[in-house]
Amino acid sequence: MATTLTDSQLVQRCREGDPNAWNELVERFSRYVYAICIQGFRLPEPDAEDVFQEVFTRVYSRLDTLRDDSAVRPWIAQLTRRLCLDTLASSSRVQPSEDVLASVQEEALDDIDEAFAVREALAALPGSCQEVLDRFFARDESYRTISAELDLPAGTIASRISRCLVQLRERLEGRNEASEPSSE
Amino acid sequence: MSGGSRYDEERLGVLLRRLTPAPPGWVQAAQELPASRRSLDEIVARAEADLAFRAALVGDLEAALAQEGYEPDVRAIAELRERYGDR
Repeated sequence: MATTLTDSQLVQRCREGDPNAWNELVERFSRYVYAICIQGFRLPEPDAEDVFQEVFTRVYSRLDTLRDDSAVRPWIAQLTRRLCLDTLASSSRVQPSEDVLASVQEEALDDIDEAFAVREALAALPGSCQEVLDRFFARDESYRTISAELDLPAGTIASRISRCLVQLRERLEGRNEASEPSSE
Repeated sequence: MSGGSRYDEERLGVLLRRLTPAPPGWVQAAQELPASRRSLDEIVARAEADLAFRAALVGDLEAALAQEGYEPDVRAIAELRERYGDR
């Protein structure tokens, strides 16, 4: 898609049966769901895969029940959390105490929500920034690999990462200032 | 980066590392859901209308599907088995 759709627009297009929109929705939230399963709830990969597929199955089949299209992210988060908890409860391999489960998960889950906001801000940066930051941080590629893939000198990669991080921070702080509620 | 920023380089790095790509096969399977659901709906509709096909599904689900050229994914087969299998 040439332009980035809002979550509401994306949900609407999915309801209309646009296959590209569904692909985009899965792409947009796949890392988020994966992170909740693997980092938030520390599910083993096979269980995480089952939850991952079940989340998107339910999203697809229940999209008509979503009352507020802009709330698709928290809805997906809630679905994922519930399915992860069900999986943990039904698994004889993993039986953490409720207290430990609650404290460890909430911290990680908060971080994942914040990480999603950072990725949304990243999506607003130039493509060159998106690519280099995603490769270096999310895909854990080395300077050498990125340099070879993008056909750029390694020194340029380092300076681009630094410059793009500044842009990302400015984007996030600008957005935070704009969206902060008034002090009244 | 300024010292007072909530999003210094280290914090941004931590957050960017949080959302690693899901395995490509998982993403692809999720993206193929609509096609998979359509195929499942078609099989169910046919089974409701065609008693011989329904009986074949109940008798040997996977063989009946293969014979008719259907190639549903694992989840669709599980759903069909729930409807028609092990009778």
